[in-house]
Amino acid sequence: MGVLAALIPVLPLLGFLMLFLAGARLGARGIAVVGVGSVGIAAGMALGLTAWFLASPVPVEVSAWTWMTVDGFAPRIGFRLDALSLIMVLVVTVIGVLIHLYSAEFMAGDEGYARYFASMNLFVAAMLVLVLAADLLLLYLGWEGVGLCSYLLIGFWYRDPANGRAARKAFIVTRIGDTAFAIGLLLLFTHLDTTDIQALMGRAQGQWPAGAPLAVAAAALLLGGAIGKSAQLPLQTWLPDAMAGPTPVSALIHAATMVTAGIYLIARTHALFDLAPAVRDAVGAIGAATLVLAAFSALSQTDLKRILAYSTISQIGYMVLALGVGAWASAIFHLMTHAFFKALLFLAAGVVIQRLHEEHDIFRMGGLRQRLPLVFWAFLIGASSLAALPLVTAGFYSKDLILWRAWSAGPFGRALWAAGILGTFLTGLYIFRAVFVVFLGPVRTPPRGGIGPAVAVPLVVLSVLALIGGFVETPDFFGGVPALTDFLAPVFPGPPPPGDPGGEAAASIFAALVALAGVFAAYVAYCRRPAMVATILRHPAAEAMRRCWAAGWGFDWLYDRLLVRPLVATARAGRADVIDAGFDALAAFCRQSHAMLSRWQTGQVRWYAAWIGAGTILTVAISVLA
Amino acid sequence: MMLPWLILVPLMGGALAWAVQRAGGTAVRGVALAALAVDLALVLAVWSKALPAAGGWLADFARPWIPSLGIGLHLGLDGLSLVLILLTLVLGILAVGASWTEIGDRVGFFHFNLLWTLGGIVGVFLALDLVLFFLLWELMLVPMFFLIALWGHEDRMRAAIKFFLFTQGGGLLMLVAILALGVLAAPSAGLRRFDYFALIGHAPGGVTGWLLMLGFFLAFAVKLPAVPLHTWLPDAHTEAPTAGSVVLAGLLLKTGAYGLLRFAVPLFPAQSHAFAPVAMALGVAGILYGGMLAFAQDDAKRLVAYTSVSHLGFVLLGIYADNRLALQGVVMQMLAHGLSTGGLFMVVGAVQERLHTRDLDRLGGLWASMPRLSAAGLVLALASLGLPGLGNFVGEFLVLLGSWAAAPAFAAIGALGLVVSVVYALTLVQRTFHGPARAAAADFSFGHLAVMAVMVAGLVWFGLYPQPVFDLAGPSLGAVAGTAAP
Repeated sequence: MGVLAALIPVLPLLGFLMLFLAGARLGARGIAVVGVGSVGIAAGMALGLTAWFLASPVPVEVSAWTWMTVDGFAPRIGFRLDALSLIMVLVVTVIGVLIHLYSAEFMAGDEGYARYFASMNLFVAAMLVLVLAADLLLLYLGWEGVGLCSYLLIGFWYRDPANGRAARKAFIVTRIGDTAFAIGLLLLFTHLDTTDIQALMGRAQGQWPAGAPLAVAAAALLLGGAIGKSAQLPLQTWLPDAMAGPTPVSALIHAATMVTAGIYLIARTHALFDLAPAVRDAVGAIGAATLVLAAFSALSQTDLKRILAYSTISQIGYMVLALGVGAWASAIFHLMTHAFFKALLFLAAGVVIQRLHEEHDIFRMGGLRQRLPLVFWAFLIGASSLAALPLVTAGFYSKDLILWRAWSAGPFGRALWAAGILGTFLTGLYIFRAVFVVFLGPVRTPPRGGIGPAVAVPLVVLSVLALIGGFVETPDFFGGVPALTDFLAPVFPGPPPPGDPGGEAAASIFAALVALAGVFAAYVAYCRRPAMVATILRHPAAEAMRRCWAAGWGFDWLYDRLLVRPLVATARAGRADVIDAGFDALAAFCRQSHAMLSRWQTGQVRWYAAWIGAGTILTVAISVLA
Repeated sequence: MMLPWLILVPLMGGALAWAVQRAGGTAVRGVALAALAVDLALVLAVWSKALPAAGGWLADFARPWIPSLGIGLHLGLDGLSLVLILLTLVLGILAVGASWTEIGDRVGFFHFNLLWTLGGIVGVFLALDLVLFFLLWELMLVPMFFLIALWGHEDRMRAAIKFFLFTQGGGLLMLVAILALGVLAAPSAGLRRFDYFALIGHAPGGVTGWLLMLGFFLAFAVKLPAVPLHTWLPDAHTEAPTAGSVVLAGLLLKTGAYGLLRFAVPLFPAQSHAFAPVAMALGVAGILYGGMLAFAQDDAKRLVAYTSVSHLGFVLLGIYADNRLALQGVVMQMLAHGLSTGGLFMVVGAVQERLHTRDLDRLGGLWASMPRLSAAGLVLALASLGLPGLGNFVGEFLVLLGSWAAAPAFAAIGALGLVVSVVYALTLVQRTFHGPARAAAADFSFGHLAVMAVMVAGLVWFGLYPQPVFDLAGPSLGAVAGTAAP
């Protein structure tokens, strides 16, 4: 049965190879069958594996081969299936197949149909390698692989240089984090003599006391990788631009799966972070800061996809915050529910944008509730789940757990909790702003065309998941089903958090009220009194603030001035290779000397005679005087 | 007994190729391919018959040559030589294939020069007598000069002379160092005055030892190339015809690395150990400086040329980190760089052959009309930026891992090369294949595609299962690391 775990990534990989090598010959139908089918079979296998794993929840390891053996460095191409990787595999394959199915219709007629599915299949394969890898170096292979696919798919419509720029930005910014990750790998292997994740964690705990400088350095370096991939401060700037890719790509890669790889990495190596309390606090602070800043930015966007992009950064901020207070399982819980509702929001947004002739500006949309009812309901469900509307949505349960765990984590945790509560209000506000503007009010751009089953089915399935996906883990005051936490307990051992049903209920009610207040604020500002926002923005300070938020708090501007421009200018200025100028000078010196000396060879006997005479006199003079 | 034939077959094949020039280009190319294929078969035969001997030597050939001066014909094959000779012959065959349509003028003489260069390179990888080594070192330079000077692009004469002066200058220093070493070590070396094994462990100490070590180092550093002696490379690579660029980048640079591994470090272990921080600093400087210049170029071939400076920086860093991890990384980096950069030169060369320009401002959007060429270029660019799963990653990661153990600061700064490489590789992809279609031409033919497939398959193999290479090269590197230990 364990072999099956190793085979899951192979299927999409085979799909990729078929599409890459013979894509043009398959025809549109064949491409869709291979592209969707390979991920579909992988999803089926993942479900079968889940049934088997639930029956006997023992981690299994499969080694395909030893990658290389050099002087004790022996990373394996090996896979490990445990509760954590199983959840990740399920998220990746199930959401993956839904989005592939959606793409079959959404991308129909595109000239790069085969290229699209080839890249998507390769992405799923790489992502599965990432989450199943038993060895940190193999995880790194998957890590870079998903980064590559992200690059290929952001720049999918390659004719527009702007898309290429966004794609390169994504690859380069995440590569900065990846390099930190790679250096972390160097450090970990040099000091612990293995790259096997389980062995690494065991040895780290055995050899390093809490707060050991090496543990802190290693954790900080891995954190660098995680914040790059998961678009957290200060490496978050690539994600909004990544929306240049096709919308299903944004749904799969830039919302549901790849961007949460950082969460997975930290959760997977949580033992190391336990040894580095300072880094763990930094994780929490980064999460809190990111979730608030990105929520403000989401509030001030007018491009529907960019609203969702900033929302993704903000929601991953919640997961990072959870990791920062050691609530590993709740981070994974939110990762899962976020994958459901954010994929749903993107897929719904994709239909809206396509039906409105590639219109991205929400203020040129409107009144789509009657015109696109299924999409409206899907988006509404996704938005409710994102806003964590109480009891009926999945997002409520996962976000609530994070907030409660933060609240219970001492004074620092309370500060993080406050940021989370502020974020809850903003989330309700920004996403229902989008709901009200896009789907209510007058029709500003009439939609064309309808939607087929390949688009409808994923919307419906994800809507259901976005509603009921949270019931795997409910608080004590509402059923008290800790199924997910129990399931993940072998991966994240530790004492259960102190129970305080009364306090938890009070905190939940407070958070729910805050979320509802956010939605209500959006209702007031964008339905009841549409002039209100304009009135506020007439104040120059408010308008300046809005601009700052809309520009992502100026990080792009800062990096551009501070890093990009100076480096590019230096490189361009020195592109003729200043070192070569030295050799050119040497050559010029030789040529000049040659010219000078050759001037003496005049061919005139009187000059030669004069020189011979002068030389003789000089020689005689020296010998006489010396 | 077979070892001299490994050198002679390409030389004779070259002469024959020139002789059949009248019979037309296909005959010439057929002769060239046949000669290289025979040579490849010979290598495999030597390898299959070799017994794993002490120190990793698989075959040996020694005859007196000029006994009065203590010069011998001594050739030896070990794992390190073997992998590099295999790379030489495979890349040589692919280079002949890739320039099938490019060269129309004096085809026979072109292939004569190509095969003589290859013969010289094979010889360099085999020679164990220092005078013989120097002779073969020169043998590979002269035909390469002609390849650039006769079949190169616009500014070929200047580039060829620059190439010749740099390498000849380095070679001269090496010759002086060889002669001095032979004379100074004479009492201990006896009749085999210039023999590698007789000289090992008998390097003079003091200032003399340092000067001799620097003589070798400079010759090899020019060839590698190490910053700041690299400036011949962009000109030569850019102006050379495709096959010339492939051989230059894929093979000639490796002779510099091989020289360091085989001669400079083992002959002067103490001096090399003391010199290591300087050499590693030069390696790191090469990684970053070469990468930065690559990014800023507007000429596609020049961009690829500078990436070699960056990649070979890893080689220099690894050689002087001087432990098994780093040295195995160096071997892998040499092989993977040979394939990936050789391949990129073929892609860029094919673009130039079709569109008559290498100017990145005039290229762009080639994916629309040449998807196969563009896909091949993309994969090779990904190898170049060190994507895990392809050979270059294994090489670079092992070098960094080994360097981390030796000097963490150099490894950490060198790791920044991973960021720089993304910038230049993606710039090349964007400005050539992506963007609005500025130019269009015929896609790769089946033959070209087959050449690319071999390269990509090799890179994937090295990237996912490099162990056979490590097993082969391991014993030789043990000798290097052993002699260089402080």
